[in-house]
Amino acid sequence: MSVLLEARHISHRFGRTLALDDVSLTLRRHEILAIVGESGSGKTTLLNMLSGRLTPQSGDILYYDGHAATSLRVRGERAVRTLQRARWGYVAQDPRAALRLDISAGGNIGARLMASGARNYDDIRAMAARWLEAVEIDVDRLDDWPRTFSGGMLQRLQIAATLVTDPELVFMDEPTGGLDVSVQARILDLIRSLVRRLGLAVVIVTHDIGVARLLADRLIVMRRGCIVEHGLTDQVLDDPQHPYTQLLVASVLPV
Amino acid sequence: MQGYNFAYLDETTKRMIRRAILKAVAIPGHQVPFASREMPLPYGWGTGGIQLTASLIGADDVLKVIDQGADDTTNAISIRSFFARTAGVRTTTHTDAATLIQTRHRIPEIPLRDDQIIVYQVPMPEPLYRLEPSRAVSRRMHAMADYGPMHVKLYEDITRFGRVAVSYDHPVVVNRRYLMSPSPIPAFDNPKLHRMPALQLFGAGREKRIYAVPPHTDVVSLDFEDRPFNPIRAPHRCALCGAEHSYLDEMVIDDRGGRMFACSDTDYCASYQAREA
Amino acid sequence: MAYVAVKGGEAAIAAAHAWLARVRRGDTRLSAIAAAQIVAQLGRAVDRVMAEGALYDPQLAAMAILQAQGDLIEAAFLVRAYRTTLPRLIDSDPVDTAAMRTQRRISAIFKDLPGGQRLGPTTDYTHRLLEFDISAVAAIKPDAPKADPDPAIAATLPRATDLLGAESLIEGEVPSLNEPIDLTMSPLAFPASRDERLQALARGDEGFLLALGYSTQRGYGHTHPFVGELRMGAVGLRITPPELGFAIDIGDIILTECQMVNQFAGSKTTPPQFTRGYGLSFGHADRRAMSMALVDRAMRAEELGEDVSAPAQNVEFVLSHCDNIEATGFVEHLKLPHHVDFQSELETIRAMRREAQATKGAAPDEADNAGL
Repeated sequence: MSVLLEARHISHRFGRTLALDDVSLTLRRHEILAIVGESGSGKTTLLNMLSGRLTPQSGDILYYDGHAATSLRVRGERAVRTLQRARWGYVAQDPRAALRLDISAGGNIGARLMASGARNYDDIRAMAARWLEAVEIDVDRLDDWPRTFSGGMLQRLQIAATLVTDPELVFMDEPTGGLDVSVQARILDLIRSLVRRLGLAVVIVTHDIGVARLLADRLIVMRRGCIVEHGLTDQVLDDPQHPYTQLLVASVLPV
Repeated sequence: MQGYNFAYLDETTKRMIRRAILKAVAIPGHQVPFASREMPLPYGWGTGGIQLTASLIGADDVLKVIDQGADDTTNAISIRSFFARTAGVRTTTHTDAATLIQTRHRIPEIPLRDDQIIVYQVPMPEPLYRLEPSRAVSRRMHAMADYGPMHVKLYEDITRFGRVAVSYDHPVVVNRRYLMSPSPIPAFDNPKLHRMPALQLFGAGREKRIYAVPPHTDVVSLDFEDRPFNPIRAPHRCALCGAEHSYLDEMVIDDRGGRMFACSDTDYCASYQAREA
Repeated sequence: MAYVAVKGGEAAIAAAHAWLARVRRGDTRLSAIAAAQIVAQLGRAVDRVMAEGALYDPQLAAMAILQAQGDLIEAAFLVRAYRTTLPRLIDSDPVDTAAMRTQRRISAIFKDLPGGQRLGPTTDYTHRLLEFDISAVAAIKPDAPKADPDPAIAATLPRATDLLGAESLIEGEVPSLNEPIDLTMSPLAFPASRDERLQALARGDEGFLLALGYSTQRGYGHTHPFVGELRMGAVGLRITPPELGFAIDIGDIILTECQMVNQFAGSKTTPPQFTRGYGLSFGHADRRAMSMALVDRAMRAEELGEDVSAPAQNVEFVLSHCDNIEATGFVEHLKLPHHVDFQSELETIRAMRREAQATKGAAPDEADNAGL
């Protein structure tokens, strides 16, 4: 499988804190890559860099568009915005921050379509209804405001609103964080089936080894801004090499 | 007028404003910041339009000022007399006799020509302000052409009310690039913006912005393909001149629901009456 | 019709102005007030109009107050509109408030300090009892102090913040080599630098500054303020004409300066220091200078690594709304005719109601749902 996204020697400081220290990685098409580590390890910063929401102070992010690889820096902010509006997606941990609660569910799903130029009301509405069904929300709720939705429904709505433009690459930041365990399982199942069906490439940040094991093909373990271990998910989790990974696995996988 | 320069503003300020106008014409629909001056009329009374007019007007110009389409509304009278006093120029109520037209909230009914300039008074130049109050953020949205949220607003209107609930200041896209506020003109007037032969200038004094639509430029009102932009007017004839397609004011004539409808463009109404007579 | 109506409108405006003039003059059996009386007896009003009008000229401010019937925002507007037509002859040298001939100088952070505490002509300890005997208000005690009893002493009071600065306990103010931005000659842009911010606040609405400053004290962007020093007095104004090459004194202006000492900033590598908020106003204006200092400090939140969440910390919010000439214009413009816009709203709402009623007739249940 060909490379879709590549980070080359990314370093970044916040004030005097070195948040990322010479991080490199590649993501292939249709591949699911999990970034795991405890809070403060730099995983969310890395996700923000990969998704073009933050520009690294040094190093480059390359996106393989067709044949050519171009760095986000060279593409420029406007081209990156265009990518972010359709071909890339971002699922935030808190759907309330990502969705507009004063806009109907249909409007929220249609937003990315309209941002990328869709101008047919009935088509947008039909597409929104289809996606509401795909994330298992009753189509009757199409015109309802999301503030009446439960936490799990909001997260499913955010997933629909992200996937509606048929992206090839989706970034997810702890998409099941902050949800009840029973709700988490349902969201994970939904993500897994949608991602496989649509052939998405995904970079998912999680502190939950269980989530990584369920979803990811490959795994990156981060600590203090560095990648300490990477490899196929099963390999890393069944036979962790780095003491930090061993600690992570041991503390989370007793069963 | 003694003690003041021709048309009130000093020549340095006029040059600064004309530079901003040139930039605005070069980037149709883009809001150009300018060092708006305090004027002897309050902010909100047309200080942006007045500064544009003051920096453009020459001794040979013939000025028309309208507010709500009418030459006889108090603020139109006040602004017209301001220029009659400070510049001594000729003024007119006839649209076709004017070289420079300053307006608030309307575009005259008769088509303007390429030897005319129309100056709009603009209260809120930022078309995105209801969606994004921070001008630092909305400027960025313009730079990135991030106009999706505006369409989402129209989507919501249709979903909730069955139609777009914007009846004035309906946002437009200029030259297929910038989203622009046409100023609070009724949506009925929006089609007149499109490929108008006259130069259209927009001035917002308090918000310190100037923007422009050069002659013959594409101006498209935001809509959906299957819900096309469809402005409405009161479905009546003018009670004074009988015109059937002009924009009408509604006047309450009694306390039992009695209404009279008459042209908002008083010059159009008067000349229509003269023609019919 | 139009011609007649134009004349009617002109007559209406002229009549309104004539009526206003009569109301402004009031009861003609009473003597008219002279501007000089306002300068002499309504000093605080004159100071506010000079500050918000951004022009130091007590005589003009008094004339404006008279013309505006005591409406101070209207008076400030008159001053501003005049000010903008004045030629810019020269920029003054920066004023040195350390050399102020202080009439009033108090510090809340030291019990005593070199030069001592000096109350000056303040209402701070006045019992707010209406004086029904007007002659008592007008009376002057023969031993009442006057300004500048000994200018030499008054001009040598060190700033309280400089005393802290000597120990490096408070952040230093590094003089900028750049020419400050002139807000009246270039549009406000964000992010706004501190010179832009202070200029906007210096002419901002006193009520708005007061409310925002107060909000920081109540927890909306708290800054732990102490009045390091509040001083009021005369400061010499100097200019350096290029053809002379040396500074000449062109007169005095009365200023009030407030230096707030706020909670410290620091880190593992930089030892903690108190931070500053700065307020300066034309005339004698404690409330204004103190409020300005609170808001200035609150707006430095981002620079000092603090969370930006409260209204007073939001630079764009504060600066876009602090000018009362702009604010009153836009609020009051709502009384201008808007009937063309309202007409379009009327037609739209009538059309929407017609459509809703038509749908209701056809399928009542659906229409009910749509109404939700």
